[in-house]
Amino acid sequence: MDSFWLIPILPLVGFLANGLVGKRLPKQAVAWIACLVVAASLLLSARAFYALMQVPPEERHVIHPLFTWVESGDFVARFEFLLDPLSAVMMLLVTGVGLLIHVYSVGYMWAGEGFYRYFAYLNLFMSSMLLLVAANNLLLMFVGWEGVGLCSYLLIGYWYFKKSASDAGKKAFVVNRVGDFGFLLGILLAFLTFQTLDFQAIFQQLGPEGEFAAESGKWGTLSWIAFLLFIGATGKSAQVPLYVWLPDAMEGPTPVSALIHAATMVTAGVYMVVRLNPLYSLTPGVSGLVATVGIFTAFYAATIALVQRDIKRILAYSTISQIGYMFAAAGVGGYAASIFHLSTHAYFKALLFLGAGSVMRALQNETDILRMGGLRKYLPVTYWTFLAATVAISGVPLTSGFFSKDEILVRSFSSGHTVIGIVGLATAVLTAFYMFRLFFLTFHGEQRLAPELRRGIHEPPPSMAVPLVLLALLSLFGGYGYGYLEGFLEPVTGEPLPARGEHSEALVLLTAVASGLGILAAYLFYVRNPTWAAAAQQALGGAHRLLWRKYYVDELYDRLFVHPLKRVSDHFLWRGVDERVVDGAVNGTAGLVRDLSGFLRQMQTGYARAYATWILLGTVGILVYYWMGG
Amino acid sequence: MDHLLSWLIFLPALGAAALVFVRGTSAVRGLALLVSLATLVLAVFLFLRFDPGSSDFQFVERARWIESFQVEYLLGVDGISLLLVLLTAFLTPLAVLASWTVEHHVKAFMAFLLLLETGMLGVFASLDLVLFYVFWEVMLIPMYFLIGIWGSERRIYAAIKFILYTMAGSLLMLVSILALYFLTGARTFNLLEILETVQLPYGTQVWLFWGFFIAFAIKVPLFPFHTWLPDAHTEAPTAGSVILAGVLLKMGAYGLLRFCLPLFPEVAVQWAPFISFLAIVGILYGALVSMVQPDLKRLVAYSSVSHLGFVVLGIFAFNAQGIEGATYQMLNHGISTGALFLLVGMLYDRRHTRLIRDFGGLAHSMPVYSSFFMIVTLSSIGLPGLNNFVGEFLALQGAFIADRFYGAVAASGVILAAAYMLWMYQRVHFGEVHLEENRQLRDLGKREIVILVPLVVLMVWMGLYPATFLRRMDASVEQIITRIDTLGRTYTVEKTSRPIRP
Repeated sequence: MDSFWLIPILPLVGFLANGLVGKRLPKQAVAWIACLVVAASLLLSARAFYALMQVPPEERHVIHPLFTWVESGDFVARFEFLLDPLSAVMMLLVTGVGLLIHVYSVGYMWAGEGFYRYFAYLNLFMSSMLLLVAANNLLLMFVGWEGVGLCSYLLIGYWYFKKSASDAGKKAFVVNRVGDFGFLLGILLAFLTFQTLDFQAIFQQLGPEGEFAAESGKWGTLSWIAFLLFIGATGKSAQVPLYVWLPDAMEGPTPVSALIHAATMVTAGVYMVVRLNPLYSLTPGVSGLVATVGIFTAFYAATIALVQRDIKRILAYSTISQIGYMFAAAGVGGYAASIFHLSTHAYFKALLFLGAGSVMRALQNETDILRMGGLRKYLPVTYWTFLAATVAISGVPLTSGFFSKDEILVRSFSSGHTVIGIVGLATAVLTAFYMFRLFFLTFHGEQRLAPELRRGIHEPPPSMAVPLVLLALLSLFGGYGYGYLEGFLEPVTGEPLPARGEHSEALVLLTAVASGLGILAAYLFYVRNPTWAAAAQQALGGAHRLLWRKYYVDELYDRLFVHPLKRVSDHFLWRGVDERVVDGAVNGTAGLVRDLSGFLRQMQTGYARAYATWILLGTVGILVYYWMGG
Repeated sequence: MDHLLSWLIFLPALGAAALVFVRGTSAVRGLALLVSLATLVLAVFLFLRFDPGSSDFQFVERARWIESFQVEYLLGVDGISLLLVLLTAFLTPLAVLASWTVEHHVKAFMAFLLLLETGMLGVFASLDLVLFYVFWEVMLIPMYFLIGIWGSERRIYAAIKFILYTMAGSLLMLVSILALYFLTGARTFNLLEILETVQLPYGTQVWLFWGFFIAFAIKVPLFPFHTWLPDAHTEAPTAGSVILAGVLLKMGAYGLLRFCLPLFPEVAVQWAPFISFLAIVGILYGALVSMVQPDLKRLVAYSSVSHLGFVVLGIFAFNAQGIEGATYQMLNHGISTGALFLLVGMLYDRRHTRLIRDFGGLAHSMPVYSSFFMIVTLSSIGLPGLNNFVGEFLALQGAFIADRFYGAVAASGVILAAAYMLWMYQRVHFGEVHLEENRQLRDLGKREIVILVPLVVLMVWMGLYPATFLRRMDASVEQIITRIDTLGRTYTVEKTSRPIRP
């Protein structure tokens, strides 16, 4: 257990190695370095996980201090890592899925330029994500939090010569900064309130012996802290209103979308809320907000996904939607359910993206699903693994996604959040529909490929196929350990909520029906009667356009924030205030001095007559002064 | 070693004198570099010998100078000035190295640069008000010539604007210094004695405070005294911009800490809300105006207005986090903005333009350059793990403790910083190479990498292990705060019956 502090450090070593000398190394060496450090972290995570299981639950809490990072006055933030059930689960998940995606990337990125750069960034990402997860205080968590944001920025803009890619990277960073502003304020207020940023010290003050009471019915300091930190979460985890960067982030390489923009980084906000569950439990107002934002985002993003044509963007909206479920779960107090869905989502969404990558690779980066179709017979491995992920996300009974989604719905209903439960069910129908729409349009039906793409469609090499198969197994069977997971997380997330409620059997049925309905509709529209889809689009008209244009939110933000800010800065502040007012005043003074000295210069002409005149005027002036002054 | 401070201060000036006897461009450059490196060695020696446990001034040297007015040659450093001396000694060799591309009047250029260093070190180490004033003014002259002779197109305008602004400020300061001597009956310019003996009535404090404050505010520069800065920065040669941003601006903030706060604590406390307000305006205003600059150097210059706003905000929070964060931020800004100016200068050497639209796709033609630029950009926007974050965070935490509203508004500056820096980075480095001239640009050479590596190393070091520097200022900062708490709060409590800090 003592060596767990190496888990975030090892990928950093990989980053330094590949970043500094990777350019001169052969590709094989770069790939081995990058994958081995992650594999080593995975092994250490597994060992730490196992070691935790060996000790009694109340001792599952190990802190490894490295050094004092920032200290000033009574402020202290140490560089130290925390190993407890929650961080152990997250580290295992991040390194596990991370390793598979690293391996997949070797094949996927082999042909392009800058191979070493890609893997350096990917290792840096792993290090930052693990730091975020293992941090023992809010400020150190913020280091990881911003670090993953940086890697996301670098990797979205990986193909930097494409303007759309570098635009998307910048958008991701800046929108995330808006959220981070909230997060930062949350940290400032937390220190002011608790005089510490260490998780345990904060939780102690929040505990029964502490001085803080639950803020039900009022909105006090605790609520403000929870709220501000949640703003950060809406940025990082792409929730309304700060979700706009994630669809654009699909400009990055597809394995990056799988790792960062689906499986791990974007769930950091969920992790943060669960990590701080003692705080959120005391602030029911904010928790309600978390649940509401979450379920609204889930539904809202699902509606957009219904009509999109770009395979990666559909998956991006689906990610936004699924993370909404996780926040809904956390908001209603189902912290373990939230982490459960986080992990099953990591499997099936990573798989969906990797599968999409496999399709794009076969079709020379075609992403429009209306120009695919009938790929089933060309890409059998991709087809079957993609199907496994699609049934899982759609909540088909006995797959991992079914269990985790059902758990969230049960928690919502049994805690009395009926509306959230109902919207959750409705979203489940939409999810099954748009996912199977994607699936059918891509793999079934007639081939709508551009002629030049029809030749040379082939399956990926084993280094890419093996991760697909492993993730498919996890997507199908990764949901069976929930009872165990809930018990294991108990020291962190608190006692499991009381009995699952009397209607839970009915809910299982409802969840299954919701998923069945969505799949059936997709089947009818896209396999059985392909003409219906076009007819429906015609009939819906404006509503369809609204969804297709994503509710015009990007345009709205541009009009509301981006343009006015630039205009005000340029025309008003710079050319107005700076050059006219301030400089104008300065130059005006200078001009005055110049005029005055010009005037004075005229007095010194060298002519005795002129001097005499001045002397006379001066004398008169003095006389007048004394005369007036009396 | 006796007279360590005197050696440190005057070694560059001696070097400048020695340059007169040297022939040949490369010999001149070599000697200048050697002298500045020797000064750095002395400064590091000073840093290591400094006792962090003591709040007293150390390495004090005292001699009579102008007896009829009790002016003394009085030197000494505390934890704050120690770090600024180190910063100065660190940046000067880099500035010298960056000036390898100067072709005309190399000897004069290097001599001015070294004289400038003497002036700056003197400012940070003087404990006699007249001596301080002399160094303060001496430093202007080489800077004026550096901008006026080796600057770019509008150099004369910029140099005169720079000198007029600064002179206006220093005139006010001179009046205040003299008033302190005559009005108070102190009859000494020795800062330490004045601090111990003189108790001024509030009415007098106000006038003297503003006399000092405006001089320093112009130097910082605090909004709305900042318009000299974009011109001076833009027109100055690279070394001039580096020193200007890296060290000269710090003199303003240093002056606030060294004189305004300890001498006039009551006024400082009384006016803190107003000054903090100006600082916040500067943070946001500088960032917004930065965003729309077409010229790289102007963009960096306006970003300095924003960064220095955090410094002033931290100082006027009057708590450990605020003042330590502010002081740390002075060092960070010197490192990061210095690095930015160096980078822009390297580009200017190649393309003789600084306009953002003349670039694009540089990551393709100059990958090493772009990587360094990225690290410096990230440092500048306060990425945690790098230097600026520590200073910015502490200054914000301090400001937030003093006043939540101010702290919160100031924190929004971090969003804008990311916006203007990354947008600039994108336009310069990303995208296709759209101009033929940029396709064949030569990537960084050895000399340029040697300049940048120490800066990047410091960025990481200062971001991960700030204790090296923070622990040396603890005692001195503590002393300033104690003085504010004992002397500064009284007035406020009586007048408003409400302390600033509940």
